[in-house]
Amino acid sequence: MRAYLPEYELKTPANLAEALRLFSDEPGVWRPFAGGTDLMVLLEAGKLTHTRFVSLWGLPELTGIESHDDQIIIGALTTYSQMQAHAALRAEFPLLCEAASWTGAVAIQNRGTLGGNIANASPAADSLPALLVYDAELELISANGSRVVPYNGFHTGYKTSVLRPDEVIKTIRLPRTTAGWRQHSRKVGTRKAQAISKVCLATIAHSENGVVQAIRLAFGSVAPTPLRATATEAVLKGQPINAVTIAAGRAALLNELKPIDDVRSTAEYRAQVAANLLVEFLEMLA
Amino acid sequence: MRLAGGVLPKVCMCGTHILSLHPQRKEEQRVKISLSINGTQHEADIEPRFLLVHLIRDVIGLTGTHIGCETSICGACTVLLDGKPVKSCAVLAVQANGGQVTTIEGLAKDGQLHPMQEAFWECHGLQCGYCTPGMIMAACGLLKETPNPSEEEIRHGLEGNICRCTGYQHIVDAVKYAADKMVA
Ligand SMILES: Cc1cc2nc3c(=O)[nH]c(=O)nc-3n(C[C@@H](O)[C@@H](O)[C@H](O)COP(=O)(O)OP(=O)(O)OC[C@H]3O[C@@H](n4cnc5c(N)ncnc54)[C@H](O)[C@@H]3O)c2cc1C
Ligand code: FES
Ligand code: FES
Repeated sequence: MRAYLPEYELKTPANLAEALRLFSDEPGVWRPFAGGTDLMVLLEAGKLTHTRFVSLWGLPELTGIESHDDQIIIGALTTYSQMQAHAALRAEFPLLCEAASWTGAVAIQNRGTLGGNIANASPAADSLPALLVYDAELELISANGSRVVPYNGFHTGYKTSVLRPDEVIKTIRLPRTTAGWRQHSRKVGTRKAQAISKVCLATIAHSENGVVQAIRLAFGSVAPTPLRATATEAVLKGQPINAVTIAAGRAALLNELKPIDDVRSTAEYRAQVAANLLVEFLEMLA
Repeated sequence: MRLAGGVLPKVCMCGTHILSLHPQRKEEQRVKISLSINGTQHEADIEPRFLLVHLIRDVIGLTGTHIGCETSICGACTVLLDGKPVKSCAVLAVQANGGQVTTIEGLAKDGQLHPMQEAFWECHGLQCGYCTPGMIMAACGLLKETPNPSEEEIRHGLEGNICRCTGYQHIVDAVKYAADKMVA
C-alpha cells in the first residue's frame, strides 16, 4: 500500500551550513534526503516510517570529485553516473566504477549517490566492497565540526553505524596507493540487469613471482554488513599461489563468512559462490 | 470521498489521483518551484512530497509520461532531467526545482517526429505502447552520452525500462536506426 503522503516533509536548505543547523538543532528529527533512490522506494511502498527530511541534493559542498596527489576525494552526493565519467577514478579505482555501472540502471545511476549507498548500509550494496578494499576514509561533518573515520568499521551492525544523528557524510576519500595492483570484482544476482546482489566480491592483490605479496578481499551480502575478509587475507599473504594455498584460502573464507537465508538466496549458496569467486580470482593471479 | 467538514479533495484530471487531501495544510509547508518543461517555464506551489510525475501529468497535463509501477522499477515514467534520464515517479518535484525537464511531448519539432520516434515507428519498436514514452526518453538519454552505441551498450542503457510486449529486439533495432540517422 502507498504511504499517506501528506505526512511527509522535505526541507530544501540553500547551503550545507543551513542543513547542518537543522540536524544539530533537533538531532534525529530531520534526516538527510539525497538522490532518494532508496527512500522513494520505501515511501511509495508505505514503509518509510520517518517523515521529516532535509534535501541535500545539489548542495555544491557535497558534490564533485577532486584529484589530489595522495588521494581522490569524492563528494558524498556524487552520483554513480558522475563516478563512471571520471577518468582518474576509472583508471585507478575501476572496481568502484564497475560497481556503479551495476547499480540499478542508468536512470538510477543519474540519481543514486555514493554517500546514500553508504548511509543506507544495505549488506547487499554493490559499491561498499570496493570502498573496503581501497581502504576508503569518510569525512563526517556536523555543525560542530568534522572528523575523518576509516570506512572499515563505519558500520557497527546491521543498518547501524558510527554516524551521529547530527552528522552527514561529506566526502569519501580514496588513497592513491594501489595503482598497479591486480583488481577484480564480480556481482552474482538473479539476472544481469537491475537485480540486487546475492553475492558480490571486490578484491585487489599484488603478487610477485607467483607469491601473494598483499591481498584485500571484500564481500557484499555475506554478513550483516559489507565484510572485509581479513582472516582469509592473512592466510593467503606471503603464500605461493598453488592448489594448497587456494584450498586453504577457500576453507578460511567459508569459516569467516556469516551469510543468511533470505528472500534472495540461501546461506549455503552464498557461502559456496563467495568461495568460488575467491578461487576464480586466485587462479587468475597464478 | 469527502474529508472532515464535507470538503471535497482536489483530484487530478483523470479523477483518480488525489492531489490535496489536506487543503487546510499550512501555507508554510508549501514550496514555490520553477522549472522548465519542454522549453516552457512553469511555476508551481506544491507540497514537498509531490512527485515530479504527478506534476507533469496532473498539474501540467502532459499525460504522455506513463506511470507503471511507481516504485522505480519499470521505467515507464522516464523523462530527461537536465538532459539525463530519471524515473520521474522517484523524483520529488521540489528536487527538480530550477531544472529542465524533457518529456515525450517535447521531442517532435514543428510537426516533425524526432528521429527516435520515427525509428520506433519504422522498426516496430512497440506493441501496446505503454512502455514506449519511457523507452524513447531513455534511448534519447543514451544517445546523448553514446551517439553510436553497440547492441550491448543499447541493452545496458535500457536495462531500467521494462517492456512486456516486444521482446526488446525491435526496440534495440529502433535505437540503432535512430543512432545511424542522427549521426549521419
Ligand atoms: C530500481 C533500483 C535498483 C537498485 N539497484 C541497486 C544495486 O544494484 N546495487 C546497489 O548497491 N544499490 C541499488 N539500489 C539502491 C541505490 O540506488 C542506493 O543505495 C543509492 O546509492 C542511495 O543513494 P541516494 O542518494 O538515492 O540515497 P537516499 O535514498 O536519498 O538516502 C538513503 C539513505 O541514506 C541517507 N543519506 C543519504 N545521503 C547521506 C549523507 N550524505 N549523509 C548521511 N546520510 C545520508 C538517507 O538519510 C537515507 O537513510 C537500487 C535502487 C533502485 C531504486
Ligand atoms: S512508474 Fe516510475 S519506474 Fe515504474
Ligand atoms: S510495447 Fe507494450 S509494454 Fe512495451
